[in-house]
Amino acid sequence: MTNYSLRKFKNQLFFILCAACVIIAIIPLLSILYEVVSRGAPQLSINFLTQKDADGGIGPAIQGTLILIGLTSIIGIPVGVLSGVYLAEFGNNKYAASIRTVNDVLTEFPSIVVGITAFGVVVLGIIGSYSPLAGAVALSFILIPVVARTTEESLKLVPNSVREASLALGVHKWRTTLSVVLPAAKGGLVTGTLLAIARIAGETAPLIMTILGNSYFFQGFSSPMDALPLRIWRDSLQPYANLQAQGWGAALVLILIVLSLNIAVRVASRGRLRR
Amino acid sequence: MKKLTGDNLFRILAASIAASAVFILIVTAYTLTTGSSLVLQRFGTNFLFGSNWNPVEGREAFGALPYVLGTLVTSGIALLIGVPLSLGIAIFLVEMAPKFLRVPIGYLVELLAAVPSVIYGLWGLFVFRYWILDYVEIPLSNYLGWIPIFSGTPFGLDIFTAGIILAIMIIPTVASISKEVIGAVPNSIREGAYSIGATKWEVIRHWVLSYGRSGIFGAVILGLGRAVGETMAVSMLIGNATGPAAIPTSLFRPSQTMASLIANGFLEATGPLEKSAYFGVGLILLLVSLLINAAAQVMVTRVLKVKGGAVEQ
Repeated sequence: MTNYSLRKFKNQLFFILCAACVIIAIIPLLSILYEVVSRGAPQLSINFLTQKDADGGIGPAIQGTLILIGLTSIIGIPVGVLSGVYLAEFGNNKYAASIRTVNDVLTEFPSIVVGITAFGVVVLGIIGSYSPLAGAVALSFILIPVVARTTEESLKLVPNSVREASLALGVHKWRTTLSVVLPAAKGGLVTGTLLAIARIAGETAPLIMTILGNSYFFQGFSSPMDALPLRIWRDSLQPYANLQAQGWGAALVLILIVLSLNIAVRVASRGRLRR
Repeated sequence: MKKLTGDNLFRILAASIAASAVFILIVTAYTLTTGSSLVLQRFGTNFLFGSNWNPVEGREAFGALPYVLGTLVTSGIALLIGVPLSLGIAIFLVEMAPKFLRVPIGYLVELLAAVPSVIYGLWGLFVFRYWILDYVEIPLSNYLGWIPIFSGTPFGLDIFTAGIILAIMIIPTVASISKEVIGAVPNSIREGAYSIGATKWEVIRHWVLSYGRSGIFGAVILGLGRAVGETMAVSMLIGNATGPAAIPTSLFRPSQTMASLIANGFLEATGPLEKSAYFGVGLILLLVSLLINAAAQVMVTRVLKVKGGAVEQ
């Protein structure tokens, strides 16, 4: 074999290997989707989605996840968005640079550590018992840095001429930011926030020691609560086939929530985020 | 002092809310430190280097060493398998894939990151575990069982399975950052290499990868951070050994990582000392992840400065 054809052969081999990497990575995704749908779909029924445990449903878990998403959004989104506004509009200094670094570090925090923190602060301290609020605090610790980051990025995409036009009309900077810049960046803000919510909806580790789990519907802010990921985790470790099947059903509901948020966002933002 | 106009007020308000990030960091560090003070005072450095985990009253012993080692070994496996795959994907997406395939394949790989950890665990427990057991572990153990790292009776719930699941889970992180880094390599570099007659493989191997190596290194470290902090899937697949049995001696034995120990045991902790021990493990995990992330931030930000055409000098 000549040197030239050997090099050509290596080149071909390399191409095939890279394509194989893609296929290997996509197999788990397809298998997960297939198994969750094929094992979870037979579980789905109105009863399954709305009744409590004793009546063969995962209603409390779905309700809990929705409550957690709501509470976390109430705590996390305003804080995250305002942080992002500061970083984008006033962030040309050392203070902002260090906030940015801390945000980046927080984004990669192990979620279980956040769970212990919320346990120490809210469950042992402020509330004194397992509570939906403890779960929401833990999840907002995860949400805030992500929302701050996406807010900053989408505000930076707003052209400066828009700000200048508003300022030239004599509008104050704060008014410009809130009424002109934020609305202009609305699309990016909404998609980024929805992606962050999709991420926290599937978080399990910080919920273990904060909301604990419950087989009844919401019982107030100082009682344990259930959530979909928590239900999947507990069901999967049970030796009973009917509970394992319930786990797959819950997994299907959770994955439908998470993936539909993701896909919707991607389809909606196609073209806009093209660089 | 500046006059307190609406603009200044708004800036100060936004600045103080932006400080919430620092607040979260401090609260976390403070809670974990005070929470673990009991166990740290009682055992000191033995907490880091001991390997027993015994909550029985009067004979308490808590050591985190097996879980630190378990974390290192599973993350190591994840990098060993996940990084080459991710690089292959990144190279395929940037350099090879036909245009119409790039976007959909990129989406699919990113969807891997969207699947919640607990669903990886569920799938691992009921599906993937048997693939690994039947097609990898049993053959390896039959033919190579005399090598210490393949010893033991494979069961499917062990370090090996946990490591592979972690490898799958870090692919989207490593692949997407590597993709950015490779995409940021200026075309003039490629053109120069092609013009002296290099094949595509040679261009990528000798020019593109070496140009982007510190960025790719940063991507690998971020992947390591993901693997170290990953909790649910690992806790469901690693077999939950505690104490000296959790020291990773063979790939086919159960073990425990720091994160999975906390997930599996935290609620069952009986006394204040045991609870404090879990806080202590959390503290070690936090410090490890801070260290890894600080390293990754330095590597990645240094490289991404190159982006946008402005090559740093």
